[in-house]
Amino acid sequence: MEHITLLLGIVIVTALVFDFTNGFHDTANAMATTISTGALKPKTAVAMSAVLNLVGAFLSVEVAKTISGGLINESGITTEVIFAALVGAILWNLFTWLIGLPSSSSHALFGGLIGATLMSVGASGVNGSVVITKVLLPAIAAPIVAGIAAYLATKLTFKLASKTDEKATAKGYRAGQIASAGLVSLAHGTNDAQKTMGVITLALVTGNVLAPGANPPMWVIVSAGVAIALGTYLGGWRIIRTMGKGLTDLKPPQGFAAQTGAATVILASSHLGFSLSTTQVCSGSVMGSGLAPKGGVVRWSTATRMFVAWGLTLPAAGAVAAAAEFLTGQGTWGVTAVAILLVAGSGAIWMASRRKPVDHTNVTADDLDFAAAPVPAAEPAGVVTTAIAAVTPPPAGAFPAETHSTTGDLKTTLHSPTPDPARPAASV
Amino acid sequence: MNIDWAALGTVFGVSLVATVALVGLFTLGIVGLSKQTAAAASGGSAPAARTGAYACFALCAAAVAYGIFLIVA
Repeated sequence: MEHITLLLGIVIVTALVFDFTNGFHDTANAMATTISTGALKPKTAVAMSAVLNLVGAFLSVEVAKTISGGLINESGITTEVIFAALVGAILWNLFTWLIGLPSSSSHALFGGLIGATLMSVGASGVNGSVVITKVLLPAIAAPIVAGIAAYLATKLTFKLASKTDEKATAKGYRAGQIASAGLVSLAHGTNDAQKTMGVITLALVTGNVLAPGANPPMWVIVSAGVAIALGTYLGGWRIIRTMGKGLTDLKPPQGFAAQTGAATVILASSHLGFSLSTTQVCSGSVMGSGLAPKGGVVRWSTATRMFVAWGLTLPAAGAVAAAAEFLTGQGTWGVTAVAILLVAGSGAIWMASRRKPVDHTNVTADDLDFAAAPVPAAEPAGVVTTAIAAVTPPPAGAFPAETHSTTGDLKTTLHSPTPDPARPAASV
Repeated sequence: MNIDWAALGTVFGVSLVATVALVGLFTLGIVGLSKQTAAAASGGSAPAARTGAYACFALCAAAVAYGIFLIVA
């Protein structure tokens, strides 16, 4: 370890920070519905997810051979490019967390890598058609596949259990949901902690600390696992709120069907060669099971903002990463400046989040007023600020309180009254 | 551009069938158990419903085990 330069040290720390944001950004995938249906208490849920993420990090020996999945040509990658990519991904993750939108952490990392590569070697370093097949197509396919599966499963379970007492079956549904959520957490730890290990290992290889093709050292595996578990335990409550309550209202049977559908799609996709984003799968299955019962409703305004955020993930993280790569290319002062900007930007976003804090105490509250939450000015990168203006105001806004106390039939009348141009695209 | 439609189709089909089958099985298990509880409350018992419920849960547990196997492998 004596050969680790300052830059390499910064990159390793930054990679672990990204891993941490990845953890708390994605807690919602496994635990949002578990928390909103009351299967587990909020703190218990995130603790369970954190432990399973940690376990998952140690489970697989299959280290991500390629961190970008062929999106960019990794042979000419430099430590600065990795650093810039991570900066872009972290800031985008924090920003989407601030406005409470679930978005794919992997896509943020891909976007960062693409942006930094474009800036450092130009368009020749990026494989355009892979961007479409690995990022754009899955982003469309994931919610459709998971949504239809969860929709049909929810229909079926309501039909089969229609003659039984709701109270008697709720306990069983919750138990099943916990099992499915556990599987999602485990799979997440395996995939996403591996990704960070891959990034750190690649940085160590480019810094000539490790031989090419080497396995990650033990300290890399341990630190990546711990970082993602800590992030998960901290819990991205804002995103949990959006997923668990903002998109739709779920009863235990729906939560169970949604989570089982998500677990199945994630495992099927990662083992049949068509990787789908965990976040997008889970959002899709939540919407599918939300629509299934009679009078079921999805809040398309929130869903639309989420789809917009998915579309912006790649360009926004890429733009920040490109700017960061431009600065790091100026020499040591540039790297220092980027590091300072990253800390300042993260701090500003955190400060902004304190204005309307969401934590385990109010994550399922009905009347949380989000209206003042987004402060785009806190984002240091102007490009992103402009681009993101489209997705504000934030989701999970104050629903009318009666939404939660009336029957399903009445909910249909609460459909967003504003005509939404993006609705046809969103109604998948 | 080389879109792997076959892989996408497989993922779609497998996910759909597996999700619906698992959720269906689990629901049958829950319904069976609640029948047993109802029977017990009125002084009787429903051994068939109970056995069927446990069989359903066992199959679901096997599916979860297979899922863990897929993650580890």
